Amino acid sequence: MTRARRKALLQSEAVQGLSLISPTFLYAFVLLAVPILVVIAHSFWTQHYLTIDRTFTLENYRIALTEPMYRDLLWRSLYISIMVSLFTVVLAYPIAYYISFHGGQRKGLWLFLITIPFWTSYLLRVMAWKVILGYNGVLNSGLMGLGITDHPTTALLYNSSAVIITLTHAWAAFAILPIFVSLEKVDRTLVEAAKDLGDGPLRSFLRVTLPLSMPGVISALLIVMIPTVGDYVTPKLVGGKDGVMIANAIQAQFGKAANWPLGAALSVTTMVIVSAMAGAAVLILRRAAKLAR
Amino acid sequence: MRGLRRFMPGGSWLGAYALVYVVFLYLPVIFLPIFSVNTAATPKFPLSGFTWKWYEQLPHTPALLDAAWNSLIVGVSASVLATTFGILAARAITRYRFPGRRPINGLIMAPLVLPEIIIAISMLLVMLQLGLSLSLFTVVLGHILICIPYSMTVLTSGFEGFDRSLEEASADLGESAFGTFRRVTLPMVTPAIISSLLVSFTISLDEFMIAFFLTGTEATLPIYIWGQLRFAAKLPGVLALGTLLLVASFVMMTLAEILRRRAANRANTEGGLYA
Repeated sequence: MTRARRKALLQSEAVQGLSLISPTFLYAFVLLAVPILVVIAHSFWTQHYLTIDRTFTLENYRIALTEPMYRDLLWRSLYISIMVSLFTVVLAYPIAYYISFHGGQRKGLWLFLITIPFWTSYLLRVMAWKVILGYNGVLNSGLMGLGITDHPTTALLYNSSAVIITLTHAWAAFAILPIFVSLEKVDRTLVEAAKDLGDGPLRSFLRVTLPLSMPGVISALLIVMIPTVGDYVTPKLVGGKDGVMIANAIQAQFGKAANWPLGAALSVTTMVIVSAMAGAAVLILRRAAKLAR
Repeated sequence: MRGLRRFMPGGSWLGAYALVYVVFLYLPVIFLPIFSVNTAATPKFPLSGFTWKWYEQLPHTPALLDAAWNSLIVGVSASVLATTFGILAARAITRYRFPGRRPINGLIMAPLVLPEIIIAISMLLVMLQLGLSLSLFTVVLGHILICIPYSMTVLTSGFEGFDRSLEEASADLGESAFGTFRRVTLPMVTPAIISSLLVSFTISLDEFMIAFFLTGTEATLPIYIWGQLRFAAKLPGVLALGTLLLVASFVMMTLAEILRRRAANRANTEGGLYA
C-alpha cells in the first residue's frame, strides 16, 4: 500500500468514526459543556431581581470565599468528602484484594453481589439510614432491646458523622471497582518473585502489590471525592443543622433565594477547590507509591 | 500455585472481612422491606406484626399513580434515546480510530464523575435562559445525559472483540449491507442493547437530583417519595413503595447483567476459532 493510499484510508476511517460519534458528542456538548460554561459566565455577573447585569465582577466570589456561612459550608463539604473517600477506599481495598487474589472462579459473582445494592435508588438507601439512625429508629430501639442503653440517643442522626456513614455506604461499590481492576493488572509473577527473594507477605504487599495498584486507589479516591462534595440528598435527610453541605446552599440560590450568580460562583468555587484537592491527593499518592518501591 | 495461594496466610480472615462487608452493604437496604410489612407506623424493634396493609393502600393513592406513570414515560424515553446515542458512540469508539477520541469520550463520560448538583444547576440555568418551561421533557433531556455513560459502558463491553471478519464474510457471501446488519450484526449485539436499555431505565427510574431540579409540577417516583418523607405518618407507605422500587431495580439489573455477560461472551467466543 502506498503512503498516500494509507493516508486516505486512515482519513476515511477518521471521518467515519467522527461522524458516528458526533450526535452523542454534540448532545453532551450542548447539554453539558455549554451549560457549564454558562454557569461560569453567570458567576461573574450580578442579578437585580429578575434581570442579569452582565458587567464583569468578582463580588460573587468574594461572598463565596469570605462570607462565614459559605466558607464554613465549603470547608465542611470538603472535610466530609475527604473523610468519605478515605473511608470507602480503606474499607474497599481488602475486598477488592480478596476478590482479585482469592476470588477464584467466583470473581464475577462477588463483583455482582457487591455492585447490586449500588444500583438501587440512592434516595432509598439514604432513607434506609434515616430509618436506622433515627431517634425512634432501628439502632436505638435495637440497643435498648438488647439492654445496652435505657433511653434513645439523639447522637446518631442529624450531624456530620451520620452524613459520613451514609455516604461511605452509598459509594462503597464505586471504590471497589477501580481498585479491583488495577489489582487484576498486577503481574502475579512479580509478587512471587518478591517472595522468592525473601520478602514476607506484608513486605511484598507493601512493595509490590500496593504500589502497582495505586492507579486504582487514586481513581477510586477521585471517583468518590468529587461527586460527594456536591451531595444534596444525604445532608438534607440525615445531616440536620450540623451536617448541611454546600449543595444545599447552592440549591437555595437557585430556588428560594433566587441569586443565580451567587449560586453559580458557589458551584464553580466548590469544583475548583475539590479539583485542586484531588490533584494534590494524586500527586502525594504517586510520590508515596514511588518511594515505596 | 492455586493451592499455595489458598493456604497463604490472610486468605481466611480476608474472606471473613469480605462477608462482613457484604452484610454491611445489604443490611441497611434490607430494613426497608422488613419495616414495610410491619404493623407499627414507626420503624423500630421489636417488630409488632405482619401486614400487607401499607401495600394495599398504594394503588388507592392517585398522586402515586401519576408519579409512577410519569416515571414510566421518562424512563422509557430516556433509556431508548440514551441507548441510541450510546450505540452510535460505542460503535465509533470500539471500531474506529479517529482524532480527538479520548477528549470526546471524556466529555461523554463526564456525568459519571461530576457532582449531580453541578449537572442539575447548569442544565436548569440554560433551560431557564432559553425560556423552556420545566416539564417531564426537560427531565428526559437530563436523564439522557446521565444515562449515556452507563449505556456506553455496557455497550462497549458488548461491542469489544466484535469480530469484523464475520461482517466481511457475510458481505463476501452476497448479503446486502442491510442484510448483514440485520442477520449478522444485530443478533450479536442485541443482548448488549437490551442490557443498556434496562440499565438506563433503572438509572432513570431511581434518579432524584436531576429530576428534582428539572421538573415542573409533575413528579416522578423519587420526587413523590421525597415529598412524602416530610410526613412521619406516611413513612410505612413510602417504605412499601421503596421496597417495590428496590425489587424492580434488582430484577432489571440482574437481567441486564446476565445479558451483558452473554453479549461479551458471544462477541469473544463465537467469532473465535471454535465457533
